[in-house]
Amino acid sequence: MNEFVERAIDLRWPTEVKRAYDVVIIGGGGHGLATAYYLATRHGITNVAVLECSYIGGGNSGRNTTIIRANYGVPEAVRFYQRSVDLYAHLEQETDRALMHKTKGLLWIAHSEAGIRQERARAAVNTACGASTEYVDPGTIREICPQIDLTGNGVWPVYGASYHPAGSTARHDRVVWAYAEGAMRLGVDVFQRTGVTGIRMDRGRVTGVETSDGPIAAGIVLSAVGGHVTTIASMVGLRLPIRTHPLQAFVTNRYAQAFHPIVASSGLGGYASQTAKGEMLIGAEIDRAPSYAYDSGHPFLQHCAFRMMTLLPFLRDLRVLRQWTGVCDMSTDYSPVMGLTGVDGFLVTTGWGTWGFKAIPAGGEQLAALIATGRTPDLIAPFSLDRFARDRTMADRGSAGTH
Amino acid sequence: MAPHRLRIHCPHCGVRAVEEFAYGEIPATPDALTDADARDVDRGFMHSNHEGPVTERWFHAFGCRRWFTVRRDTRTNEML
Repeated sequence: MNEFVERAIDLRWPTEVKRAYDVVIIGGGGHGLATAYYLATRHGITNVAVLECSYIGGGNSGRNTTIIRANYGVPEAVRFYQRSVDLYAHLEQETDRALMHKTKGLLWIAHSEAGIRQERARAAVNTACGASTEYVDPGTIREICPQIDLTGNGVWPVYGASYHPAGSTARHDRVVWAYAEGAMRLGVDVFQRTGVTGIRMDRGRVTGVETSDGPIAAGIVLSAVGGHVTTIASMVGLRLPIRTHPLQAFVTNRYAQAFHPIVASSGLGGYASQTAKGEMLIGAEIDRAPSYAYDSGHPFLQHCAFRMMTLLPFLRDLRVLRQWTGVCDMSTDYSPVMGLTGVDGFLVTTGWGTWGFKAIPAGGEQLAALIATGRTPDLIAPFSLDRFARDRTMADRGSAGTH
Repeated sequence: MAPHRLRIHCPHCGVRAVEEFAYGEIPATPDALTDADARDVDRGFMHSNHEGPVTERWFHAFGCRRWFTVRRDTRTNEML
């Protein structure tokens, strides 16, 4: 975070670490800070510490492609993400910060008979569960996004799409800062460069954390880390249905024309939107091999750019400005894992794979409600860790946008 | 430490780009887990996902089409 931002935002950094908190949240990204924010604003719980090993928003909260949508494939997920879409729509008003939230509409392209079926099914399940998605034909796609080559350069023809008008983007850093600011104003302590090195337990119950700044006692410990949740969970002997895969993305230089919608394609394994500065922001599939290395390379760039150019030929004339990598916690069923873990006093919000940014407000709100009341809210009950043992997985690979 | 570009050393073909290979995890349900149902759940859904040196299997799909075992540090992608 640079000096300009530090001055512009009223972040009240705490001067010293207290020896005990009601709630300790590991991970100062969107999910951790949103949970702290909703604990403070909705439930009056402010004796909360957020521990960030680097700087706030420096992990996946600052590395994603900023897309907000609710067009998922299973009813429980549609309802959950729709709650997030609704919260995002009013977040600027609530936090009184310009988050550059912009509703753009999202096209999810079908390139095959199977793709048509999938997008029709998506429209049907979305409509039934309160998210507005409709199936559109190529003529309508052309009206929504004239830049799309409907022939897909002869290789990836566009047969149709599901159109999700609520699809939007927001400035990811500003979302993180707005939640941090709101939480810190009410007395939540956020510590940067404070890594957790161990978790203290007494007779099967979590009692606190060991940090680089010494031990801190805690009533409840929530892991809201992205990318390293397995390492945190192993401190309490918990195994998770998570594998960590890198995902790469890039931006081009400024495209001189307006590109209004967000365009996604499972067939091509990519999605594109235009940033406020005019850059084309393009994300992609996860790397197949699990890894924690923030390693980005040319083969990915070549593969991804080539495929997206078959759909959006104007990309040929642009240049790649930046490329980066995030490490994503991919859950076995491609749905998040939220809530109680079976270890007393230890909660997780993880499995955010490549779909975490859009879920920040709803995830934070619901986890705060769980921590405050001790009861798992209905909206996130289907995403509990014990769903795997109960044979109630939430398989939704087709909605990840990354496969 | 600068990250290593992930390249796989195939014992039959030499060092090749990762795009030629398919990844294979070696499942490792802990011995401490003794309950049969819990073992089934672990085998079906859980991953070790270790941050550090791991032993894993790779298949040279666009090459000799043989499986082999490698050691890799998942923090850096360094081959051990």
